[in-house]
Amino acid sequence: MFSDLFVLLFSCILINNILLIQYLGNCPFLGTSKKMETAVGMAMAVVFVLVLAGIITWMVEWYVLVPFDLRYLRTIAFILVIAALVQFVEMFLKKSIPALYTGLGIYLPLITTNCAVLGVCLINIGKEYNFYQMLVSSFAYPVGFGLALVLFAGVRERILLARTPKPFQDTAIGLVTAGMLSLTFFAFKGWM
Amino acid sequence: MARTITQEFTKGLWAEIPPFRLVLGLCPTLAITNTVENAYGMGIAVTFVLTFSNIMISALRQIIPPKVRIVAFIVAIATFVCVVELVMQAYTYGLFMKLGIYIPLIVVNCIPMGRAEAFASRYGVLRSTLDGLGLGIGYTLSLTTLAFFREAIATGAITLYERPIAVFGPAFEPFKFLVEAPGAFICLGLMLGLMNILGRK
Repeated sequence: MFSDLFVLLFSCILINNILLIQYLGNCPFLGTSKKMETAVGMAMAVVFVLVLAGIITWMVEWYVLVPFDLRYLRTIAFILVIAALVQFVEMFLKKSIPALYTGLGIYLPLITTNCAVLGVCLINIGKEYNFYQMLVSSFAYPVGFGLALVLFAGVRERILLARTPKPFQDTAIGLVTAGMLSLTFFAFKGWM
Repeated sequence: MARTITQEFTKGLWAEIPPFRLVLGLCPTLAITNTVENAYGMGIAVTFVLTFSNIMISALRQIIPPKVRIVAFIVAIATFVCVVELVMQAYTYGLFMKLGIYIPLIVVNCIPMGRAEAFASRYGVLRSTLDGLGLGIGYTLSLTTLAFFREAIATGAITLYERPIAVFGPAFEPFKFLVEAPGAFICLGLMLGLMNILGRK
């Protein structure tokens, strides 16, 4: 069982990288990758929230929605749970761990609408993961997100110094670069 | 500058066409433009959600307290996403399976949320309806265009209702790269650049 979880960990971080292979969470990816500092902050906030959201939505699904036969309400239930959770985490950090709050604070509200968070929660349910698998995947996917985000921010800081043609500045060249980065992650899949 | 009623509708088709002019809702744009069929299916689903969530939010805009407006918007959008999900599951099961988790993810797609915040919560029902409809159709058009290039170059044909229509001659060597993830990013980046060139005065 342990080796299975280990395989899952690596496949979630590298092979099925949430950002570059499964295309989730691209809006914050392009929005927060202009500076290394914001990229690191966003990555940490996503890991933190997603582990909590993964556990809670998994419990909501299997202990509330399934016994009461309410699975068709999954989308509404999950998004409300995530929105409430993010709000709660924000208040909790502000009161008890102000140092962490100043680090993550401004990224937290953005996470509600980060599709990587809802996406991973839905993947956990869709693939019918048990509790340990769910824990590994909710941790590994955001780590993969963070890895790609930080790598991309590094590349993007260099692009700012390069002379790109005017129509391609900013987002367009960013997407082409993301494509190149995605190609490197793609190699893990052993295409052909 | 006040816009006329028709301009509310047509701005979504060119001047503010998502995702090129409003760079929002990129995740489904990248993920489901691998075939034309997926692209317009997704486009229609988004148009439906966007139009009805705009109507509902603009009708309730006097009642929703500003402090909890984000949550209220999310609930309104999630309701219509649920409707779309159930309808698609019942009538177009094949497409529903292919689009997979991207249907529930319309909830966190920035386009309905962005329009609710920036438009529907400020203007009347008629204008909001036209705004939602226009942007939705614009989104469908751009998804379909992107999907057309990707599918045509990757397979040499466009498959509609399980019937392939050849675009290039038989000598064409399919370039599989474009339907995969890296191709999606690069293709969207190039399209965005192209739109910038065309839109430049």
